[in-house]
Amino acid sequence: MSSSVPRLALTGITKRFPGVLANDQVSFSVGPGEIHALLGENGAGKSTLVKMIYGIMQPDAGTIRWNGEPVTIANPKAARKLGIGMVFQHFSLFEAMTVLENIALGMDATIPQRELEAKIREVMQHYGLKLEPRRIVSTLSVGERQRIEIVRALLLNPNLLIMDEPTSVLTPQEVDQLFVVLRKLAAEGCSILYISHKLHEIKALCENATILRGGKLVDTCDPRVETSRSMAEKMIGGNLKDIQRQPGAEFGKPRLEVSGLSVATTDHFGTSLKDISLTVRAGEIFGIAGVAGNGQNELLLALSGEVPTDSADAVRVDGVKVGRMAARDRRGSGLATVPEERNGHAAVPDFTLSDNAVLTARDRLGMVKGGLIDARAARTYAGEVIASFAVKATGPGAFAGSLSGGNLQKFIMGREILQKPTVLVVSQPTWGVDAGAAAAIHQALVDLAASGSAIVVISQDLDELLALCDTLAVINGGHLSPPMKVAEANIEDIGLLMGGIHGQTTAAEVAAAEGHIHAPQA
Amino acid sequence: MSPDFVIAAIMTVVGLTTPILLAALGELVVEKSGVLNLGVEGMMLIGAISGFAVTVFTFNPWLGVIGAAAGGALASLLFAVLVLGLNSNQVATGLALAIFGTGLSSLIGLSFTGRIVPVFGSIFPDALARHPYLKVIFGYSPIVYFALLMVPAVAWFLHRTRAGLILRAVGENDHSAHSIGYSVVKVRLAAILFGGAMAGIGGAYFSMVITPMWAERMTAGRGWIALALVVFAGWRTGRLLLGAYFFGILMALELYAKAAGFSFLPSPFWAAMPYLMTVVALTFISARESAGANAPACLGKPFLPST
Amino acid sequence: MRLKLEKRPEPSTLMLFVTPVASVLLTMFIGMVVFDLLGINGFRAVIDIFLTPLLASYKWQDVAVKAAPLIIIALGLSVGNRAQVWNIGAEGQYIIGALCAAGVGIAAGTAGGPLVVLVMIVAGIIGGMAWAWIPAVLRTRYDVNEILTSLMLVYVAFQVLAYLVGGPWKDPNGRNFPATAPLQPSQELPILFPGSTVHLGVLIALILPFVFWLLMSRSVFGFQIRVVGSAPQAARYGGFDTKRTIILALLISGAMAGLAGALEFTGALGTINLGFPSNYGFTAIIVSFLGRLNPIGCLIAGIVLAVTYVGGQVAQTTVHIPNATAGIFQAMMLFFILASDILVRYRVRLVGSASSAQGVKA
Repeated sequence: MSSSVPRLALTGITKRFPGVLANDQVSFSVGPGEIHALLGENGAGKSTLVKMIYGIMQPDAGTIRWNGEPVTIANPKAARKLGIGMVFQHFSLFEAMTVLENIALGMDATIPQRELEAKIREVMQHYGLKLEPRRIVSTLSVGERQRIEIVRALLLNPNLLIMDEPTSVLTPQEVDQLFVVLRKLAAEGCSILYISHKLHEIKALCENATILRGGKLVDTCDPRVETSRSMAEKMIGGNLKDIQRQPGAEFGKPRLEVSGLSVATTDHFGTSLKDISLTVRAGEIFGIAGVAGNGQNELLLALSGEVPTDSADAVRVDGVKVGRMAARDRRGSGLATVPEERNGHAAVPDFTLSDNAVLTARDRLGMVKGGLIDARAARTYAGEVIASFAVKATGPGAFAGSLSGGNLQKFIMGREILQKPTVLVVSQPTWGVDAGAAAAIHQALVDLAASGSAIVVISQDLDELLALCDTLAVINGGHLSPPMKVAEANIEDIGLLMGGIHGQTTAAEVAAAEGHIHAPQA
Repeated sequence: MSPDFVIAAIMTVVGLTTPILLAALGELVVEKSGVLNLGVEGMMLIGAISGFAVTVFTFNPWLGVIGAAAGGALASLLFAVLVLGLNSNQVATGLALAIFGTGLSSLIGLSFTGRIVPVFGSIFPDALARHPYLKVIFGYSPIVYFALLMVPAVAWFLHRTRAGLILRAVGENDHSAHSIGYSVVKVRLAAILFGGAMAGIGGAYFSMVITPMWAERMTAGRGWIALALVVFAGWRTGRLLLGAYFFGILMALELYAKAAGFSFLPSPFWAAMPYLMTVVALTFISARESAGANAPACLGKPFLPST
Repeated sequence: MRLKLEKRPEPSTLMLFVTPVASVLLTMFIGMVVFDLLGINGFRAVIDIFLTPLLASYKWQDVAVKAAPLIIIALGLSVGNRAQVWNIGAEGQYIIGALCAAGVGIAAGTAGGPLVVLVMIVAGIIGGMAWAWIPAVLRTRYDVNEILTSLMLVYVAFQVLAYLVGGPWKDPNGRNFPATAPLQPSQELPILFPGSTVHLGVLIALILPFVFWLLMSRSVFGFQIRVVGSAPQAARYGGFDTKRTIILALLISGAMAGLAGALEFTGALGTINLGFPSNYGFTAIIVSFLGRLNPIGCLIAGIVLAVTYVGGQVAQTTVHIPNATAGIFQAMMLFFILASDILVRYRVRLVGSASSAQGVKA
């Protein structure tokens, strides 16, 4: 380090929300040119902490020192003035506007368009970033969108760059490219605060790590000398549970058969599904990997029946043609689904858990008599789900919106699994869920498969798929790759498939395929 | 059809177009910031009576127009407090404003019924403004020229200025705008007040130029047509101007149906025409694939910053 | 010190009940102050508008007759609003409903009796539904905003009325006044209490809220309406057809408005002239919000609004305030109820230090 004064030093930072202590007396510092990891699982308080550094929120107590001087960072503008830049996990971009307009919005001074464009080209050239300033954001891939955020931050010549979960949406190759940029920045003296829960990335990139758990700082360590397992245990505060599964299980008969499924999207930012075929047998867990916005949502909707398909043949459950059936009838034939978005799709936040049980279980479990809802049956079932999946809630009368992400996800998964579906399709089953809940969900999926159901897991988290699935395929631009056995899969190949086989997708394909990635609500 | 008739008809169309053009331009800016204010009709009526009242007291129609803008803006402030401050439902609050504006303007209007006000003088010399042919260009109230000037002004503001860029950004993605550091509430408040002022001036055109006198509910649903016009125009200023004239012609039909030889249908039919055609036009526009492409993505959604 | 809003984990049931009552009381209070400032006896005006109709027994029948259409229309609108479908054209459906009933009556000629009256009312329901069907289809098939179309159709409905009563249906004995001939007694709705104006429609308005309550809170259909309104994607996921739900919600609200129009025509007015539309369709929007979209709430709120209608007329003669005043009171109640909505979902806290309040600043 060139200087003994840390660039950023936090002491005793505390932030309280109704009912939660998001940050409790957190202190750490980042030196000039240092790449510092902020590590912790979902809900550990990482995002709250960086929002305070970037001026979006104010700490209730504690001091922030910038180059040794105590500062109050009133808003993001003040943060940028100090030289703090931030790249958000959920991009703060404007879909219908051009790259140039998006970057201009991130500048605090009014810069003439031409001058700004020249500056952008200069920064892009320096760091080897490729972007077309006149393109509309909605036509860009996720990786390109992230580059906008990065360029926007770099134009301000930051002395500290905060990266919030930057790799969760990138292909392995894009991650490598990003690391090149970050290392170059650090070499030039810019400090980087890198937030992630991906341990191998932190080991590869960072020289220091601060680990948060439940809002408290639990450890500061050098990730290069730690093992992934040791850091993971510090993160979750206990022993890591492995998935318990029986080795060498044989798969049974095909339960879900999808053949030649093509669905044109109705959304102008959506992705059309092109000739998708897959077969999942009893006892098999089939993973679908891919970068967000490549047709995952459309595939889930086409399988659940929320968007009916033209041909009855396209989807079969236990040999029964369900392709033209609506969602309710497909559920009747044993096909259950769990979409990615919990609030407002898989569950109604304004409804009680009991009413949310009625939402999908009313027909299979006989909760309707003569057009009227049997409230007692619904309450009983909701209670059962809460008990067997250890959902933390006040009871069946609790509102879905009052549950934490992990608990609501456990409830939703439980609601579907206890209906004993023959086929279960889930999207992002552990997205934004803490490690304990994620392990419980994974175990439940494995157990359901062991009982003879066929399971499809759509996820952007490659690590999750590799740990959980028997078979894997990659979705890109609405196409599904041929399946491969996970035991024989090569991560480089998967990465290439995720990026569109030839490494680079053509502009037209990208335009057709991307765009739909609204920043999801955490 | 004599030239005189054609000129009179054109001038009528321009007159009928002006109030909806003003109100719709205001609402366009409001909606671009992501807010749906359905209370245009109420704001127009409040503008109509406040403009009229100020003119009665000051004998100055220019002050009247300022009064109308202030009245409309004040009415919209009520909406803003509820929607931005208390996060109330925008649709319901807009409806409430429409009902409230109708009632309040009637109440205030009681003491102004039957009064007359001085009208605007022409801003052009009489040789032009009263010329039998040239009056089709020069013979209007200043409000007409103001409305026409506001079309390029609003377009320029939205697409060529930084403030316009920020306003569109707030309407496109309020959470992103907030996380970059813009004040969503302040931007929307400014937009709502502008919309209120424009609707107010639009309303004043009825009470100060068209009649000029006060009558209850004198805007006769034009505020709602202005709302439809924004959708019809696909949130674009140029098309808004065209659309406003399309509706202006439809409204003129009722007045000119007999004279133009359209008496084969009864007059209620022609009176219903602008409203019926609004439904038809909205259907055509909405049915197109690209209908919502230019609509602000956050339109009508309450903004709750996650803390 | 400043106020800070904290989201409640669950909506407050207490506030759900307290806020409408508080809105009415606050409206009365503000009204009193404002009238005093205007030089009118505010206390007397508020008493006359809000209390005299309840205290003077001879006003009860007026309140009942005015409340009936408000309650019936509001019940239908509440179904729509729960599904986030905004039918603000109930006034038009009300007009068309009445016209359809009148059309059947005219076609029946001198024939009368319960069957003819029943057919007239059914025609009213169908007419209202048909008028609401237009925005419903446009919304579900072409994605046209139903707020604007339903409202535009109010103006069209009014012109239909103007055409019919000024032309084909004009009473030949009516001194050229645009109005239908008075309904013959055999086509009128029965009166419940002889000597009063309280007709069968009032009884219907008392029964329907309970039917709607059962429908909305216990049936799958009510569940479906609530899911579609609260989370349309979840509704699709749960196997409900959102488009069909939207159409049904609009048809139900149209049917109720049409019913109210037919009942008003056959029960209260007996003739249709240019003054027939009396804003019930718009006031019912306020009723449905004040009643918190709850059928029983609509019953109570309908009576409250009817009281202000009747009370407005009382105050017109006693303290000489214009009729429009009642409208302002009604709109004020709506503003207060919308403004207080936040108390159902949020808790207001007084916060000491300025720094901790920054987080909620927008």
